[in-house]
Amino acid sequence: MATLIIPTPLRKYTDGEANFVTNATTIEEAVKALTETHPKISNQILDTNGKLRHFIKVFVGEEDIRFLNNEQTEIKEDTIVSLIPAIAGGVA
Amino acid sequence: MERKNLEEIELTQKELAKYSRHIIIPEVGLEGQKKLKNARVLIIGAGGLGSPALLYLAAAGVGTIGLIDFDVVDDSNLQRQVLFSMNDIGRLKVEAARDRVLSLNPYINVITYNEKLSSQNALEIFKDYDVVADGTDNFPTRYLVNDACVLLGIPNVYASIYRFDGQASVFNYKNGPNYRDLYPTPPPPGLVPSCAEGGVLGVLPGLMGCIQTNEVIKIILGVGDVLSGRLFTFDALGFTTRVFKVHKDPNNPLTGDNPTQTKLIDYDFFCGIPQLAEKKSQIKEITPSELQEWLDEKRDIQVIDVREQDEYDLVNIGAKLIPLSSLESHIDEIDRNRPVVVHCKAGGRSARAIDLLTSQYGFDNLYNLKGGIIGYIGELKLSLPVY
Repeated sequence: MATLIIPTPLRKYTDGEANFVTNATTIEEAVKALTETHPKISNQILDTNGKLRHFIKVFVGEEDIRFLNNEQTEIKEDTIVSLIPAIAGGVA
Repeated sequence: MERKNLEEIELTQKELAKYSRHIIIPEVGLEGQKKLKNARVLIIGAGGLGSPALLYLAAAGVGTIGLIDFDVVDDSNLQRQVLFSMNDIGRLKVEAARDRVLSLNPYINVITYNEKLSSQNALEIFKDYDVVADGTDNFPTRYLVNDACVLLGIPNVYASIYRFDGQASVFNYKNGPNYRDLYPTPPPPGLVPSCAEGGVLGVLPGLMGCIQTNEVIKIILGVGDVLSGRLFTFDALGFTTRVFKVHKDPNNPLTGDNPTQTKLIDYDFFCGIPQLAEKKSQIKEITPSELQEWLDEKRDIQVIDVREQDEYDLVNIGAKLIPLSSLESHIDEIDRNRPVVVHCKAGGRSARAIDLLTSQYGFDNLYNLKGGIIGYIGELKLSLPVY
């Protein structure tokens, strides 16, 4: 079962869950499973065409999926998938 | 600015004594301390990240430190901006900051810019510096700082925070990747809350600002493995640190295979700010005084507060609380048959709530409270806490 790590800003859309465990075999399937279980996160991570938003980085291990096989990147049982949103805060 | 060779740099007896704990480290030594004295570092923003950056760079003996910020010190800054004290409230940040660091180290030169960084002034200001430390708080400035550093070939040491999460990286270092390789486009305004809305743990900018400053010093000294091509992330709640790879993106408009951008652009437009303003202009507004009149007249209205529970607990005006984050689960609690005044802290989130309710759920009876609860308290001179 691969594990998706939900960043703290998005945990309010997963009922506070920090990890989402899935038996999906690709990023696309994993994201689908995530949004089906937690529909509220959908608008945050997917655009109106259902594609991952550009300001949410998806890393498999330490690699950016854009430099692997994008949404078709395969994930295995022990894969850690990290969602890393752009954050700008600092001085406000 | 006049530039010196390292051989021309001298350290006085007092400076040698001050920096002795540096000089005895083999990786620094006398030569490294001279490099620090000869270095010019520009800090963007005298805030939570800029505070430790400025203090430690000054303490380390960085010879020329530029600081740009156009704000004044507010009491709510002191929760994390350890550069300032109560006596500084109301003062220009750059002036209070300069006094503070010169009392720490009088042997350095602090250059202040009490202005808003823009596409008009960025290149002129940046060109005199060796390294930029970006501690700003908004996406338009992030992209502006990135692009200006790329156009001038200056390393951009980046740190960013939100609540309990921090990120750091070094961009544009020795032709390495830059911010646009990591995040090609910004989030549309409204989807990611700012620190003013979302809050930030006071110690987090301290931690991330120190990590940022450490990278600045490594770049100046030319030691260690600089955090280039890597993104460091820190989750202070779980105490989880991660390092991810950052690659150069062939589609980067500045440094990709087919560059299309050769100068600075309109970053507010790039980040969708005017488009948001246009949407906001179509929303009906009510001023705090008008709302008070309606309340005094006992008009049949509903007032909804879309802030979070914790903010509501801090201060409220008796409105019905429906946080923006859960608004769509409470649509049936919003009246359709009488005027509804929606407010938040300052007017941004309530505008987004109204936009959502109007466009997705067909409401036409909504008014945005101008300036939010802060504007209401200020205009009516109420003795309630502001935050």
